[in-house]
Amino acid sequence: MLKTVKHIGEQTVLLESMPGIIASAAVVGPKEGKGPLGINFDEVVDDPLCGQESFEMAEHMIFRRACEKCIANAGMEKGQVQALLGGDLLNQIMAASLSARELGIPFFGLYGACSTMTESLLLGAMLCDGGYFDPVLCAAGSHFCTAERQYRFPLEYGCQRTPSAQWTVTGAGAHMLARGRGKVRIPMGTVGRVIDLGVTDANNMGAAMAPAAADTILHHLLDTGRTLADYDQFVTGDLGAVGSRLLYDLLGKNGVELSGKKHTDCGLMIFDKDQDVHAGGSGCGCAASVLRGYILPNLEMGHWKRVAFMATGALLSTTSSQQGETIPGVAHLVVLEREA
Amino acid sequence: MKKQDQQNSAKELLRKQYARMVEKVTPSSKLLEGCLRSFWVGGLICTLGQAFSDLGYRYLSLNSTEASTFGSMVLVFITALLTGIGIFDRIGKYAGAGTVVPITGFANAMVSPAMEYRPEGWVLGTGAKLFTIAGPVLVYGITASVAVGLIYCLIGG
Repeated sequence: MLKTVKHIGEQTVLLESMPGIIASAAVVGPKEGKGPLGINFDEVVDDPLCGQESFEMAEHMIFRRACEKCIANAGMEKGQVQALLGGDLLNQIMAASLSARELGIPFFGLYGACSTMTESLLLGAMLCDGGYFDPVLCAAGSHFCTAERQYRFPLEYGCQRTPSAQWTVTGAGAHMLARGRGKVRIPMGTVGRVIDLGVTDANNMGAAMAPAAADTILHHLLDTGRTLADYDQFVTGDLGAVGSRLLYDLLGKNGVELSGKKHTDCGLMIFDKDQDVHAGGSGCGCAASVLRGYILPNLEMGHWKRVAFMATGALLSTTSSQQGETIPGVAHLVVLEREA
Repeated sequence: MKKQDQQNSAKELLRKQYARMVEKVTPSSKLLEGCLRSFWVGGLICTLGQAFSDLGYRYLSLNSTEASTFGSMVLVFITALLTGIGIFDRIGKYAGAGTVVPITGFANAMVSPAMEYRPEGWVLGTGAKLFTIAGPVLVYGITASVAVGLIYCLIGG
């Protein structure tokens, strides 16, 4: 019997059955709703607290609602979804766990910081392809107010943000994967390595994550034998203005000439320049909701045929930062292809 | 072993190169603009404090020590109020050190965590987290003043 090749090169997996995204949903906060992609989201909540007692509970509501809307968009019932893969930025991924408690779907909790969306898509696609679970719901979310308190200062504390700081997106995105179905398919993906080039400034996450993004792109191209020309667009999660620039520089040093023409960053898409977000948006919810609001529509409408989608995560904790550790970064890549 | 050393030094070099690349593309804060903003807002706050203190001295018949305490109290009250209604963080964002350095910064550093951690309860939330920002200022401020007091007592007394 001929064994199918599922793994090529060092870090890339092939998904022979081409799992596809059959439905998506995104629920975002008021600031994101006012951004350029506002009308593309399924729901814009007008109160950052969502009528809850705390912002953590609000984040959990947003996460759960995105999952529920995605299940509804797929025309399914909760019981038909075989597995939920997801995570968020809170300690012990509370928003995802609480949502899973109420959804009652078998749950794999993931933490990849802001890379969680592609981490869950990649693992979900592998579970589908392997025939273990089908369909699989992949989700990620974040909330500005909970991230501020966990990583920085209380909301009402009057301090200044540096120009390279990014704004955590309030929102969640959920995407349903099924084997061999859907307009947009995932034929392969590249698992990222954790890369750390010694950045310690927690207000410059883009700089901390750019080396990981560059490393994943280079390994993807090496593993698959492809070039930039094989893709219509490279989409990163939340490198922001500073990180994107560094990504081009790092790739350029390795002879890969990526530029703004072929690269989009979700963190630069979700907010307008005048929304005072400094270097752009960030957070798990950024890539998750922009996938719903911008990337998938572009693929479905035929503007793009093949996209390399790569959410980037800064794997720091407040404890590691305070103990003087540098910030490790990671980026997982999934290839999104429009079914011809 | 040698190979390991070579790898480590190559890694170190890469990190140094990258640090230079990061420095080149990371926008820096506008120093002059920031200084001007904090100067005028900080100056205004101090002038206000002086005005309250003078008012207390003149109209409330306080002595000079009581009057300066009165000035601080009024500033702390105004800051706490503005923090509570969600305006102070905007002023702080504009003025930077101009609001952090005067007593307003201290008041804001106490009230903002008190509000933030309220959902975790009065004891483990507000009570325990009240000093998360101002705590270090108190610890080292008081320690320093004790040290200075001792020195003063020994040589100045």
